[in-house]
Amino acid sequence: MAAEEERAPDALAGSPLASGLQVLELAGGLDLVSGRRLEHVQIAYETFGELDPQGANAILICHALSGDAHVATGPDRFGETVQGWWEPVVGPGKAIDTEKYFVICSNVPGGCSGTTGPGSADPATNMPYGLRFPLVTIEDMVDAQAALIDHLGISRLACVTGGSMGGMQALAWVRRYPERVASVAAIATTWRLAAQSIAFNEVGRTAILGDPAFLGGDYYEQGQPSHGLAVARMIGHITYLSDDSMREKFGRRLCEREEHAFEFVTEFEVESYLAYQGRKFVERFDANTYLYMTKAMDYFDLSAGHATLAGALADVRSRFLVLSFSSDWLFPTYQARELVDALKATDAEVSFAEIESPYGHDAFLLEPEQQRQYLEPFLARIVAEERECATAGPSAPTAGGDAR
Amino acid sequence: MTVSDLLRGDLRLLTEMVPGGSRVLDLGCSDGSLMAHLRDEKGCTVRGVDLSPEDIASALSRGLSVVQTDLDEGLSGYADGSFDFVVLSQTLQVVRRPAFVLREMLRVGERGIVTFPNFGHWRVRGYLALRGRMPVSRSIPFSWYDTPNIHHTTITDFRDFVAANGGAIESEVSLVTREWAGQIWRVHVWPNLFADTAVVLVRRA
Repeated sequence: MAAEEERAPDALAGSPLASGLQVLELAGGLDLVSGRRLEHVQIAYETFGELDPQGANAILICHALSGDAHVATGPDRFGETVQGWWEPVVGPGKAIDTEKYFVICSNVPGGCSGTTGPGSADPATNMPYGLRFPLVTIEDMVDAQAALIDHLGISRLACVTGGSMGGMQALAWVRRYPERVASVAAIATTWRLAAQSIAFNEVGRTAILGDPAFLGGDYYEQGQPSHGLAVARMIGHITYLSDDSMREKFGRRLCEREEHAFEFVTEFEVESYLAYQGRKFVERFDANTYLYMTKAMDYFDLSAGHATLAGALADVRSRFLVLSFSSDWLFPTYQARELVDALKATDAEVSFAEIESPYGHDAFLLEPEQQRQYLEPFLARIVAEERECATAGPSAPTAGGDAR
Repeated sequence: MTVSDLLRGDLRLLTEMVPGGSRVLDLGCSDGSLMAHLRDEKGCTVRGVDLSPEDIASALSRGLSVVQTDLDEGLSGYADGSFDFVVLSQTLQVVRRPAFVLREMLRVGERGIVTFPNFGHWRVRGYLALRGRMPVSRSIPFSWYDTPNIHHTTITDFRDFVAANGGAIESEVSLVTREWAGQIWRVHVWPNLFADTAVVLVRRA
């Protein structure tokens, strides 16, 4: 997840039937793509809205790098009403309308917001895992979500959606559980990272790993490698913005001074912004989780095991909505188009639009109306068709309106 | 009123050229009304491309799949011959590279259906001849300096254009349209003079 959420607790209208933070213990553990196995896994999740009698209106939202289960406004883990990280898009009357849909969001394995991750206690030692926590992949995250969906008694999702790393999970769903996903809305995302994005992730990891306070990942008693994690977050924030948005937001303005100090202090507004974002991130996010999440993104390749992406997607039956943003240089439009072209080649039902926005990668958090324009009709139609199929019986599983 | 009653006259005629169950790609599909008609009334498999966000959103609400595409950049992704028909309705005159667009149509489709306003229509000729001004009419309602129509053609010119770009004309229907009366008439005599709209079925030569 890109932009820092302002969590203002006052005067917020929460979603109806917000579950608050729930925890599912995965009795069967989780077999990972790496071949390793997590015996004890708990998944933190939240739900908003109500599942309809046909079970046709469930929407899974997958969070991005630094997100959590709290996608829409409602009670947080302490019972206080807190704004959700995708508040402009998800909630009553929003594009993903929690009065119409049953919205599910869970924290990913390897995370640090309630789901088992490197900061959780290893049952073998009763100490935090640290780097002994196995590497998790985007596919592992999806497997954990599938177990959660089973637990909730949902056989098929009307839509899986998410931005950035969340979009990767949404895409991974169609290869992993093609029969269980009627549609995918993949936003500001990619089917695999290009070298530039892997490079930024590696710089972030290098900052964390090189911090003397990192202690090989076993820093939980002494405190976070705050310098390294803050630097990683600062780099991240640069990649979430754009030249235009930074020029507009900060220009060359100095903060609280008229002239240069001729010292190495925070002078430019953009410096102060990055420093603030870094500090704030250290307070809420685990450095090890940052390592695990970025690695999972680097590994993700939707075409894995096939010569071409189209080959990997040959059997998908879900309907797709792919949205990119014109100024997003971290997950650029050309990568979304590669995905769309592969889907066209497999004859999938795919719609695509590039949203004009100056806000860079962060646009998926900052452009609710432009996303609503596409998401709202897309979801309404899918859920209507899923209801029809559910009523017609299990012999009509495809969402597509026409013969394939 | 059924969907087909709401279709523009030339689109109604176009749907008659497409056999039921065909695979159809609609280039410049607008709000998807033609696609929805072909899917719902004729059981066609339909896909669309368009540029306008509003039109894409309208098509989505009909459950259609539309990819935002600049036709001048081609039809990447679609396999050769993957459609029975590729429709280019009232769009040829707005593209920058009409020859490239025609070749792309004939690459991904077995056949193409092109409809366009005929610049050889007598009203257009008369407007220019008598007034000495660039024609502005019901079917060409823009001033020359702000028109999206940058490549006007006549029916005769279009025949040459198809032949010069690896295509062949299979059939041709020339029309006089009176949208305000909800009527269209076929023109059999001197279509390049008397038709204001042409619907042409083309294939690879």
